[in-house]
Amino acid sequence: MIRLAVISGKGGTGKTMITAALAHLLPGSIVLADCDVDAANLELLLNPDQIRTEPFMGMKSAVIDPTICTGCGECEVHCRFDAVHPEGGAYRVNPIRCEGCAVCVLVCPAAAVTMHPRQTGEVRYSQTERGHLVHARLVPGAGNSGLLVHAVKKTAMEQDRDCNLFLIDGPPGTGCPLISTISGMDIVLIVTEPSVSGLHDLKRVVAVCRQFRPRILVVINRFDLEPSLTETIEMWCCEEKIPIIGKIPFDPAVIESVRKGVPVTSAGASPATQAIQILKTNLEQELMHYNNKR
Amino acid sequence: MKLAIASGKGGTGKTMVAVNLAFTLSKTEEVTLVDCDVEEPNLHLFFPAPAITTEVTVPVPVVTETTCDHCGRCEEVCQYGAMTVLRNRVLLFPELCHSCGGCTLVCPNGAIHEEPKRIGTTTISTPLPNLKLVSGMLDTGNPHAVPIIRAAKTLAASDPLIICDTAPGTSCPVVETLEGCDACILVTESTPFGLHDLRLAVDVAARLDVPIGIVINRSDGKDQATLEFCTDHDLDVMMIIPFDREIAAIQSRGDLLCRVRPEWQAAFTALFYKCQALAGVQR
Repeated sequence: MIRLAVISGKGGTGKTMITAALAHLLPGSIVLADCDVDAANLELLLNPDQIRTEPFMGMKSAVIDPTICTGCGECEVHCRFDAVHPEGGAYRVNPIRCEGCAVCVLVCPAAAVTMHPRQTGEVRYSQTERGHLVHARLVPGAGNSGLLVHAVKKTAMEQDRDCNLFLIDGPPGTGCPLISTISGMDIVLIVTEPSVSGLHDLKRVVAVCRQFRPRILVVINRFDLEPSLTETIEMWCCEEKIPIIGKIPFDPAVIESVRKGVPVTSAGASPATQAIQILKTNLEQELMHYNNKR
Repeated sequence: MKLAIASGKGGTGKTMVAVNLAFTLSKTEEVTLVDCDVEEPNLHLFFPAPAITTEVTVPVPVVTETTCDHCGRCEEVCQYGAMTVLRNRVLLFPELCHSCGGCTLVCPNGAIHEEPKRIGTTTISTPLPNLKLVSGMLDTGNPHAVPIIRAAKTLAASDPLIICDTAPGTSCPVVETLEGCDACILVTESTPFGLHDLRLAVDVAARLDVPIGIVINRSDGKDQATLEFCTDHDLDVMMIIPFDREIAAIQSRGDLLCRVRPEWQAAFTALFYKCQALAGVQR
């Protein structure tokens, strides 16, 4: 199984659109995962039938029993996350701020604090036309998105380990969920756009990827909107020896396909579809080369 | 007043709204713009200026092996798996550490102390006479965004008007930014992706009790679903920005819509008045 993650650094560059189109076009057996767990959108293009869901338990959360609490305040003093505050003579833990470290349990002289498991999301296992999709739902505002990403990847790799390709729609950013996504990947495909923000964020996400040593590939989306910045991105990638394997033009057909809830490549001929065909051909070469190397 | 600009979905135009709002308001009052999208901060690209950089550190444990008797108590209390105690050595995984201080607290031999570890930076600059820009930037490869956001917000703390640009998503970085804000603008686009993630973002803001108003960006006129959602949830659509290749191009090259096309300043001023009303601020 080759593990490929589509990521971007900057949000809204077209990761999900490209992931869905590649899932539609690439031959062979595929298992898909949506690792953008706080705003998962891949399901909106792949029309999955849910097979099962499993609760996701994040870090435990501290709870103070107000009938035992003596109001000494040791918990508040030692909490590094500003999660404990006085309330009516006793202390109370704000579950949104609690990171589950259990230091309050350690310091409470009255043993009024206990740790409780909490469900902060769910992992969903579904069937699509192109194979199984593992996706998730994080309770809005909950933490542990990196752990949930890990749970999603683990489910996909255990359930569908015989697939030729593990294709991930990744999260934006460079923090915990992104790092959790790219760890163990063979190839990352970075979707960028010709804007100063796109280039800045591309450089940062490349720096993160290089700490994990996957093969790094770039695709420029909406490349024709700002030709001079596209050229700047091409020059930078050339200097950094990062292959650009596709350039997709701005195309209203993309937004139309999103509104229809289908991959753009299955919505008929369009400039974007044509460009994604080329991207797919180049990516296939990369995958073949990777297989031969192993 | 403390105002957050958030979105759920990435790339909807948070930064565009933040920079143009700050630019316009800075003509008449003091504005502090805070980049809380510390994983991919971009505000400084629109306001280049000399900046003062400060390191952001978090305390991480250091074990003095000569005093440690490898009892394993620290490993037991660490909820994050950041310490593994071997027979004659303690292995530390600082990237897993949340800096809670539990291990230092429980070590019976006083063999653990904490040392600061750099995870990123904050910068302060004054790109325009009335505009202070604070940017948080997470070091690449570091997973913990929240302490940087906290540090950036601290640098703006007592300023009269603060505008925070938020990371996309709905998890801890968004919560950290929204907490303590008087109002929040959610920037969305009229696609199923935009609406799906708008629902989640509305949910987060509601949990934090922050009043919200909506800006629809890159509208191609097909806004019915988003407008219906806003009506059903009693959300004010404060501004609709049309899709326009020129606006996109201005933003792409790092320029400001309100500088290139000053006629837009009135619209951003009106947006700000609506935010004040949301926050319950008297004009």
